[in-house]
Order: sequence, then C-alpha cells, then structure tokens
Amino acid sequence: MSRARNPWLLPLSVVVALLLGLLPLPDLLRPLRPYWLALVVAYWVIEDPDRVGLGFAFAMGLLADLAFGGLLGEQALRLVVMAFILQRFRAQLRFFPLSQQALAIGGLLVNDRVVSAAVHFTLGEPQLPWSFWWAPLLGMLLWGPVFLLLDTFRLGRRG
Amino acid sequence: MPAYAGPSAPRNGDIAGTLRLLAYLALAIALIVLDHRGGWLAQIRARSELLVQPLWWVAGAPARIGDEVRDNASTRAQLAAENGVLRNALLISGARLSRLQAAAAENARLRGLLGAGERGGLDVQLAPILDVDLDPTRQRLILDAGSRDGVEVGQSVIDAGGLLGQITGVTAGTATVLLITDPDHAVPVVVARNGVRLVAYGKGRSDRLELANIPLSSDVKIGDSIVTSGLGGRFPAGFAVGTVMSLQPDDSRAFLVGQLKPAAQLDRGRDVLLLKSRADSRAAATPATSATGHPPVPPAALPQAPQPESTSPSTPAPTRAAATTQPAQRAPKP
Repeated sequence: MSRARNPWLLPLSVVVALLLGLLPLPDLLRPLRPYWLALVVAYWVIEDPDRVGLGFAFAMGLLADLAFGGLLGEQALRLVVMAFILQRFRAQLRFFPLSQQALAIGGLLVNDRVVSAAVHFTLGEPQLPWSFWWAPLLGMLLWGPVFLLLDTFRLGRRG
Repeated sequence: MPAYAGPSAPRNGDIAGTLRLLAYLALAIALIVLDHRGGWLAQIRARSELLVQPLWWVAGAPARIGDEVRDNASTRAQLAAENGVLRNALLISGARLSRLQAAAAENARLRGLLGAGERGGLDVQLAPILDVDLDPTRQRLILDAGSRDGVEVGQSVIDAGGLLGQITGVTAGTATVLLITDPDHAVPVVVARNGVRLVAYGKGRSDRLELANIPLSSDVKIGDSIVTSGLGGRFPAGFAVGTVMSLQPDDSRAFLVGQLKPAAQLDRGRDVLLLKSRADSRAAATPATSATGHPPVPPAALPQAPQPESTSPSTPAPTRAAATTQPAQRAPKP
C-alpha cells in the first residue's frame, strides 16, 4: 500500500470508464448501463485517499458532463456527494468483505440516482424512465469484478 | 457504526472535509444553474468540448468497425438483394422526381407571375452520425463532421423523412445536433393542409412532439401533416416535421394540445443531411409566401397539393407512399 506501482492506472481507468459510458448500446440494454465512472471513482477514493478526494471526483464529474453532453456540473455534484460519503466511512468500508462492500456501493448508486432525480426535478428537466433504476443493481454486481481487476493492476501480480 | 480508529482523532479533518464538501457542492450547483440558464457558459462549453472530442471518436470506433466488418462480410446474395431494393427505391424516387420537376417548373412560372421571391434549390451535405450514447435525458446527436467540413452553427439537419434538428455546436471535427424532440427545442410550423401557424415543442422522447395552444377553431385534424413554416428564419420553410396523432383539450379547455409523430427517423440511420445555410434569402422569401396565405408545400406533399380540400380517404395516400418508400431506402442498413 506504499506507492502505486502503476501511475498511469488512475487516468487510464477513468478514460476506460468514460468510454464504457459512451459506448452505444441497444435500446433494450441502455437503461441497465452501470455508472462505470462512479465505480472507478469509488475504488480510488477507498484505496488511494492521498491522491484522490473530493477535488478529483469533482474534476472527473465535470469531464463526464462534457463527454456525455449533460448538464454541466450535474455529475460533478453526484460524484462529490458519493466521494464524501465514501471518505466518511472509508475506515469501515476497507475492512468489509467484498460482498458487503458491494452492498454499500449499491446503496450509494441508488442514492446517486436520487440526487440526479432531485437535480432534474428542481430544474424542471425531464426525468429518466423508471427502467433506469435497475442500473444501480448491475453496478452493485459489478463492484466485485471492478475492484479485483483494479487491485490486480495496481498492486501487481502479488494481489 | 462501530468506531474502529476512534472518531475523536480526525475531528478537525471532519470539519475541513465538510467545508470542502460544501464548497464543491456550491461550485457544482453554480455551474448547473449557469449551464441551465445558458449564457456565457455556452462559450466555455463549446471550447472545452474539443477536450472530449477524441473520447467521442474512440467510443464511436466499435460501431464504425462493426459497420465495416458487416460490409465486408455480407455475401453476394445479400448484396444482390440489397441492390434490388435500392434499384426499386431509385425507380420510385426517379418517378417522383420527374413529377416534382414538372411541379417545380410550374411553381417557378407561377411565382414569376406573382412576382414573389425565388426559393432556392436544395443544397445539402451528407454527414455521418458518430455513434455514441449521450445523456439519455437530452436529445442530441454527434456528427462526424465539423468546421473543417464547412459545418456551421445554426444549419438545419434533415433526413429522408423530414426535419431532424439544428446544429448547436461545432468543433473542428465534430458537430452537435439539437434534435427537434429535445425539451429545449421548439420549431415554428404550419399545417400543410390549411396553413394554420403553430409551434411544435420537443418532449424529450424520440417518437413524440407536441403542438401546444392550437385554437379550437383552427380546423387541425388527426392525420394532418405538419411542415416547417420558415418563420423566425432559423429553419427553411416546407420541410416535413410530423403527422398529428392525437388532439386533446389542454388544461384551460380553451386550446387543443396535439401529439405529433416526427417525420424524420430520429433514432435510426447512419447519415444525415445538412442544409447549406441560405437562411437570409429564404427568410426574405417566406414572410411573403405566408402573408399571401399560400402555405409552403413540402416536396413530399406536392402530389396532393392540387386537391387540398379532398376527402379524408384520399389524403393519406401520398403519406403512405412516402412511408413505404422510406423503409425501402433504410432497409439495407441494419
């Protein structure tokens, strides 16, 4: 846990998350698209708190807003809220088994949907269809694989 | 919450963290409000979209590669079938075009008699759609053509069916299209049958538009085709926007609200057409035409123009013809 072996992993993971978010999906699968960027930011907030904090989450949110063509600042707001909650409970989360961590992340992703819906409601923007509320579930299921994958790359083979 | 490391030690950090959270939240909310209102942030936004342009390009790559692979892997039989379909489509288009040419010549002659301004011919540019999924609550498209290819902000975007939207942002290699179905979008239209002027609003759904504030006395009927009016000077007149699907009284019961089915295929297709901006000459011509009470007639509706007061069973015929030819043109794509 001393120094990151791969300094390029952080930007690379963000770029890949953004690309996965932009990748065209068939209409049926689109509501299920997990919030990849949130998973990646969550990983870095938990594992590398020295480098990654609220500022990082904010900057990545802005980048995502530009990339997805949404309201500028919306994802920044959502990611900052998520990063803050993660920072508060980081001490506990780190010692959770992976399944419990996934549950916590699932809760955070649902909360993220609520924040997004609140922003849209306040501004009178159109809401997402209800089917999009399934996405946090998929994000929760994907937390384990994402976590293990990033851990393997970050710490080298010794896992 | 069990306290492992003891929450007493990082007390100061907690307060600092909360303060920082509040600062970032305030910043984010300020950005959201500024962006929602539009204004000067649009400039910064347009510039910084250059930053994410490579991302769009890479994200669109799988779709491009997929298309290429499909093109390469298609068998001779498929190609022959596709060729047949295209040949039929060409035949139909050719027949319609020859009719249109006669109508256009007649139109020019009549216009000459009236002394009205000339409506320029269609000058378009083909632009491929960059296949990326943007924010699902917004109705946008990214085009794989930018200022390098001569695309400008404000150009109208159409497809074979009708009006798609307008260009709202241009970078060197990409352009952003605001679709007519975006909730922020409104387009001035007329009813092709009787020339009633209305405004069609986007609803955030790719299969619906809304006609608000239709006067009860205005004789708009279900099945009417709606075309752009050219008022406002942003869109040229006479492009199909949609067909009226339903009409209901609005909350005040003093007006009707109509639901439109867009004429353009907003969620399908690989390419769109950009109209070269001739807005100034057309804007000069359109007020004259609408003032004289002659609604501009869309190219697709020309065959029915001679009998505008025909009975309802005969009116859907041209629209059905248009509807059948469009899938024929689209069929080879998927």
